[in-house]
Amino acid sequence: MAPALAWLTALMVIPCALILALGFFRRGVYGGIEYTFTLENFALLLDPLYAGIFLTSARIAGTATLIAVVIGYAAAYAIAAAPRHRQPLLLFLAVLPFWSNYLIRTYAWIVLLNREGLITQALRMMGYEGEPPSLLYTEGAVITGLVYNYLPFVILACYAPLARLNPELAEASRDLGASAFTTFRRVVLPMTLHGVAAGAVFVFVLSIGNFITPALLGGGRFQMIGNLVYAQFLTANDWPFGAALSMALIAIMMGLLTLQAMAADRGAGQRREGADG
Amino acid sequence: MAERSPATRRGLATLLAFVLAFLYLPIGILVALSFNAGGMPTAWTGFSAKWYGALLSNRDILSAAGNTLVVGVISTLIATILGTLLALGIETRRRKGRAIEALVFAPMIIPDIVLAIALLSFFSLLNVPMGLHTIIASHVVFNLAFVSAVVRARLKTFDWSVTEASADLGASALTTFRRVTLPLILPAVIAGALLAFTLSVDEFIIAFFTAGAGRASTTLPMQIFAMIRFGVTPEINALATLVMLVSVTALTLAQRLNRGVIAP
Repeated sequence: MAPALAWLTALMVIPCALILALGFFRRGVYGGIEYTFTLENFALLLDPLYAGIFLTSARIAGTATLIAVVIGYAAAYAIAAAPRHRQPLLLFLAVLPFWSNYLIRTYAWIVLLNREGLITQALRMMGYEGEPPSLLYTEGAVITGLVYNYLPFVILACYAPLARLNPELAEASRDLGASAFTTFRRVVLPMTLHGVAAGAVFVFVLSIGNFITPALLGGGRFQMIGNLVYAQFLTANDWPFGAALSMALIAIMMGLLTLQAMAADRGAGQRREGADG
Repeated sequence: MAERSPATRRGLATLLAFVLAFLYLPIGILVALSFNAGGMPTAWTGFSAKWYGALLSNRDILSAAGNTLVVGVISTLIATILGTLLALGIETRRRKGRAIEALVFAPMIIPDIVLAIALLSFFSLLNVPMGLHTIIASHVVFNLAFVSAVVRARLKTFDWSVTEASADLGASALTTFRRVTLPLILPAVIAGALLAFTLSVDEFIIAFFTAGAGRASTTLPMQIFAMIRFGVTPEINALATLVMLVSVTALTLAQRLNRGVIAP
């Protein structure tokens, strides 16, 4: 295992530590790095312009997460309710796109949403004669792309606890007179919430740091943190600020993962108590 | 789960059909358009494979495909060996450190743009000339994490008493590994390798940042990204269909070899 750990240390831990260090240096006059200590880059994160981009990113990522979780949970519920011998195939079909080419899955939405795309064609066929609707390069397009790309993961995360759920618990609840909705709200949902949380954190983290979807479906009109990082390194040539932005992304990710792990520990404790009681 | 009324069951099945349609229709339309003779989504003008023929005469695409194959194969080989050894190392130790767990989990969750710029800074500050070799080295980082995750899942249900039996019968550690352990975990190792190959072939951002200047080390996703920027063309549709076919084949094969690699 030593060679693998050495590889991860050399090409992940050290480069990430380097980025952390880079955030504390000054940008050189000609775009290089000037090795004097400064907190300016982190202060700049609070500048209304950049704080605004963080908020926009969080709003877009949050909306995408919410939609993906609602649809994903419902789909996972439907798979868990299907006949047992069909579940593996249904789950495989739902998850397969997630592991395939992200760029192409995003491109597929350009084909659908562009001004002369399939949706415009469909509208024309139904007798619509006005200007083609502006669907691409909107916030809605970015959110749709994120939901589309990460939905399979939410389905996978929600399916595991739903499939493990003891059916007798829901039956007991119904026998005791609870309605189907109350049973769902008071029994099924609380017992499967940890899967939802795991899926949600993952979608939010990957969405807020996303580069491809806002670049292709937002057309550069919707700057998100990922695009801002990209610009600092490839066009603005301000590596120290780009490094500080990356660190902010990592901090958001670690914060959410820690929260989720704490919630999962508490949830596991409660589920054990529930099983004992 | 509890008994459900036929109406509820129908409702759930319909909902699932809609979700699967949402997931597969956009890709399906792309595939259909790649066979449209006219090339444009405006009208269906007959079935034709000519856009696939056009790919074969496009030098940029062929050279990018060659680069992608080199990166995919070499990074998969390295990641499969290192990832399998890592999995064996972690699972045979009785005490598992949290630090190692975090280290192995990190490449799977870290936003790829962050890893990409970290590697770019690292290589350029060390004055490492960048090209296919730096893409390969970078792809090994996340690939070995995925391979080790797949192999570890297999090792969780591994019966270690067979290796003890082999040792008791006088086999050396190497012989035991070669003749007992490896054959038993091989499906998981190959499935992990197929997953790693797919991820490498499809990866864009890290390759983009670690390829260095110039066109010499452009990979297929970088080529596709550049083409998309100029709009929707029938060539991209055909290329996208082929790339999807490779991914889906490799992933389906991986899942058949070792259930759980993609879905439980």
